[in-house]
Amino acid sequence: MIIKVLGTGCPKCIQQERAVVKAIEKTGSDATVKKVTEINDIMNYGVMMTPALVIDEKVVTVGKVLSAEKIAEMINK
Amino acid sequence: MAECCCGNERLRLIYPCSGGAGVGDLLDRIARKLAKEGFGKMSCLAGVGADISGFTASARDAELNLTIDCCSMRWAAKNFENRGIKPFSLILTEMGFTKGNTEVNDSTIETAFAILKKELKKMKINTTTTSPDSYC
Repeated sequence: MIIKVLGTGCPKCIQQERAVVKAIEKTGSDATVKKVTEINDIMNYGVMMTPALVIDEKVVTVGKVLSAEKIAEMINK
Repeated sequence: MAECCCGNERLRLIYPCSGGAGVGDLLDRIARKLAKEGFGKMSCLAGVGADISGFTASARDAELNLTIDCCSMRWAAKNFENRGIKPFSLILTEMGFTKGNTEVNDSTIETAFAILKKELKKMKINTTTTSPDSYC
């Protein structure tokens, strides 16, 4: 599983990345985290606000920070 | 363009269904004018229709999705309803503009825009800018 955090580096994007890392640790998943910070790369996903979370190339949230618990649920699905 | 959510801005998205009708030109112009005034951001109706996850997730997580259709077929609005998202729906022909009989010029653009804003007020949608106080 590849989890991407889309965001140009704002505090909420960093917060989201930390929550993803925490969720991966919590679930023991072998998912990898990638940050996408280039605006053109972000735009290619069609998201209208960041941070956005992409799991295996599917955008799952836009413009909000998900908790580690919520992300863990998504990982376990 | 994507913006970060570090301010307190609300995500409002505008989707004009320009379609193939002549009034689509007018519709597109008033939608862009609305976006330029800071009401919200233009988004891609085709992206939602094609079920591109970034566009559908943006629509799902937006505070408001405003669809402006040319006619009462409401194809733009149906894109959202078919995905379980309820849009605020406006229809240009119900604002007094007819297909094939509407000249697009500065005067009609101003008239249509004034009607559009009135309709938004009727729907109790605040038309003031949503721009954040600060970006991070």
